[in-house]
Order: sequence, then C-alpha cells, then structure tokens
Amino acid sequence: MWSIEGITNIVHVWLNQQFNPTIALLLEFSIVGFLVINFFAVLGLVLVFMERKVSAYMQVRLGPNRVGYKGMLQTAADTLKLLLKEGLTPNGADKFLFNLAPYVVMISAMLLMAPIAFAKNWQMWDMNIGVLYVASISSVSVIGILMAGWASNNKYSLLGAMRSGAQIVSYELSAGLSIIAIVILTGSLQLSTIIESQQNGWWIFKGHIPAIIAFVIFLIAATAETNRAPFDMAEAESELTAGFHTEYSGMKFALFFLAEYANIFIVCAIASTLFLGGWMPFHIGNWEAFNHIMDYIPSIIWFFGKVFFLIFVIMWFRWTFPRLRIDQLLNLEWKYLLPIGMINVLFVTLMAIMGWHF
Amino acid sequence: MFLTNYIKTIYSSVKSLLIGMNRTGYYFTHHKEIITQNYPDVTPVFPERFRGEVVMTHDEKNEHRCTGCSACEIACPNGTIKIVTKFDVSPDGKKKKAIDKFVYHLELCTMCNLCVVACPTDAIKMDQTFEHSVFNRADLTKVLNKPGSKLMEGVE
Repeated sequence: MWSIEGITNIVHVWLNQQFNPTIALLLEFSIVGFLVINFFAVLGLVLVFMERKVSAYMQVRLGPNRVGYKGMLQTAADTLKLLLKEGLTPNGADKFLFNLAPYVVMISAMLLMAPIAFAKNWQMWDMNIGVLYVASISSVSVIGILMAGWASNNKYSLLGAMRSGAQIVSYELSAGLSIIAIVILTGSLQLSTIIESQQNGWWIFKGHIPAIIAFVIFLIAATAETNRAPFDMAEAESELTAGFHTEYSGMKFALFFLAEYANIFIVCAIASTLFLGGWMPFHIGNWEAFNHIMDYIPSIIWFFGKVFFLIFVIMWFRWTFPRLRIDQLLNLEWKYLLPIGMINVLFVTLMAIMGWHF
Repeated sequence: MFLTNYIKTIYSSVKSLLIGMNRTGYYFTHHKEIITQNYPDVTPVFPERFRGEVVMTHDEKNEHRCTGCSACEIACPNGTIKIVTKFDVSPDGKKKKAIDKFVYHLELCTMCNLCVVACPTDAIKMDQTFEHSVFNRADLTKVLNKPGSKLMEGVE
C-alpha cells in the first residue's frame, strides 16, 4: 500500500548517513519548519477560496470565477495584493507590541501543528501529553489578540480584544470538558494512542450518545475559539468595524487572516483525531472484507477528508446562523454548554467504568 | 418546571438551527437556484417591469402617437422632459399643433414611470436598455421622436 511514511524514513536514513546525528536532527527540524510554513501558506489560500465558494453557493451566488480556472487563483491574487500594500503602524500605537502581535497569533497556530498525526506514523512530535498541549497552546493565541487590541490605541480594537478574551476564557471550559470525555474513554493523553484506540470504530460511534453530545459541544466551542461567526465577537464587523485588527494593513493583516484559517484547520484536525479517528480508516466491527477495502485508501486521504468535512461544517455554521450578542454568547456557554458538558462527562465516566462502550 | 423549559429551549433552538442549515445545504447542493447573471458574458434577463429609459414607440411607417399635449412634462417631478411644439399647416389651410422635439434628459430621470402613466395616448413607454454610460454628458440629452416622423392618423 502506498504510504507517506517511507519518504520520511528515506530522508531520515540519508541525512544520518551524510552528517553526524546532531546536524541531521537540526536539518530535519529546519525541513519540518519549512514544510509547516509552506503548508500554512497553501492552507490559507485553499481555505479562503473554499470559504468564498461555500458562502457564495449558500447565498445563491456564484463566487469568485474570473481569475484562473473557475477562480482558483483569486486568493493568490489577493495575497499578492496584500504583499504589495503598505504595512502601516498608527502614530499613537505601541509600536513593538503592535508589530509583534500578528506573529504571536501565527506562531501559536504553528505550534499546534506539532502533535497532529497527518497520516499513519507521520507525526512531528508524539508527546505523551498531546491533548493537554493542544488545549493549553490553543489559548495562547488570545494573548496575541489582546496584544493587538491594546497596542492599536483604538477603542474598537480594545473592545474586540476584550470580548475575545472573555469568549476564549468561557469556551475553553466546554472544549476542555468534551476533550476530557474522550480522554476518559481512552485513558490516555497521547494522540497516537487515542487514534489506535479507534481501530475498531471511531469514538463518535463507539461512545453512543454522550460522545455525540461531546462532539457537538466541541464543534460549537471550536467555532467560538476561532472567533468565527456566529461567535465573531472579536471581529464584529457590524459593531466594531474590524475588531482587534482594525488598524492592521498589508501583510500584518494577512497574517491575522491566515492565522484564523490555520486555527480552523487545527481545531478541525483535533476534532477529527479525537472523535472521528484521525487517519484511521472507517472500520465496522468484524467485517473483515469491508475493513480491508477501507484500508486501501491511504491514511492521509482519510485524515484530510475528515478535516475538510469538519471545516465545511464550520463554514456551513458561519453562513447559516445569525450572530450572537456578547451577552447571548456568554449565556450560551455558562447556562447551556457548560452544565450539559459536565453532566455529559459524568455519563461518559459511568460508561467507561461499566464498560458500556464497544 | 424549570427543567422542562430548559430542555424545551434547547430542543426548539436546535430544531430551528437545523431548519436553517437544511435551507443553506439545499442551496449549496442545488446550483440551478443561483440567481447571479454573468452579465458581460451572457445577456441578462430582466423582470418584465424593469425600467431602463423612456422611449417613444414608432411604427414601421415612422409614425408616433405623441400629440404634444405636455401631460408628461407636467407629470415629471424633476423636469426631465421638455416638449418643443411647432405648428403644422394642413392642406386646407388650418394650423395644427404638433411636436417638433421631444427632449428627454436621461441624466435627470429617476425612472419613476409617472410620465408613462400620465400619457393619454400611450406614446411613450419604458425600455429595458440599461447601458447608459457615455463619455460626454451632452450625449445623455436625447430627442425621442425620430427625424421626419409624424403623428399617427386617428390618435387625437
């Protein structure tokens, strides 16, 4: 079967033959860094194009269809425009923090790439606290947003940043609780073990209704954490012009934009790893023939298929639901999602103790 | 009581959100519903009552139905229409009033259709042309009656 694992092994062996192990390791680090940066750039282009097409079709429009074949190069042209634009720093702004903020947001998104398993045995860093790492690093990006809002010296930016802070503090809780549900079922924080445990069926099927509830809560919390409509309080075009990135222009704005889409990809990757089995093919119990056919589809296709399906669902949310006010947003979290999530964790614990899952 | 209300709220909100997602999902999968028209590539299709500009109808003998009664000029709220009259001399020596020029200022027109409603003889109507941009502002002042045209028999 075709596998991406072989390529990395060949590179690893070749580097170790040519150089001493330290230099080989450093070279591998730089190759991985290069790949991650390029992957983010391509991801940004693809996801922005996908978002524009999805939104167009949902609003009975055509969407970009002029640049390139069926508008494929539209986002590349937009990026070129943003690169050529002037990156303005306002006079009253705190120049250091203002220029630092987009990089903090971007780097925190990049750090989240480390524990994600893209394919079978194809993971940058399989740490034993992968889930905890993801949950903690994903809340670092709010520091970048607060930094941007504070340093802009603009009331809209500050309001947007403060809202974003309140939002992430609230929604981290229910995201954490739904992650804990899966951690209880698996008994491990390591992402590779979580994926291995879904060999005979994904958790969303094996975990009965509590897993589905946890999945839905995680999706809602993920939408809120990435600051996307219907939870786009931080950006709030209709109230705060553009929220925390009102004052940004040119490439610094593009970095914020890119980080938003990178974060969407990452939360969807985490959701598909925890609930939909990551790169694990779709297996049904003991149907050997069916499972073998499913195994023939490369694991990387399974992973990206699931992730893009979830990204599509989150885009579907954005272009269907009306925006929430900030008080409604906090009501939803503290009065609905958090109590339901807590009760759900109790049920999951009971299920794990009694062994009711498959 | 509180708990039933709580569960009812969750049920009804989830249901209404799913109805919305069903609608957008339908539009996403059914591309024939798209209402965007590829204008420069494809000639656009307009609704029947689309109002582009005022034109005067002429038949194949180059005759129009305008008697020069100025009802449209009076009806127009922003002075778009100016009718210049002349006196035709009929073969039996009678003088008869007729239009010389039906001047129409497209740049002032708001397409309100009041002139068409006011016309007693249905001489003018709204056309569906819409590409009105010109390089010279004077080009927007149009004379609607064609040169050499005359009043149709039996309109008065």
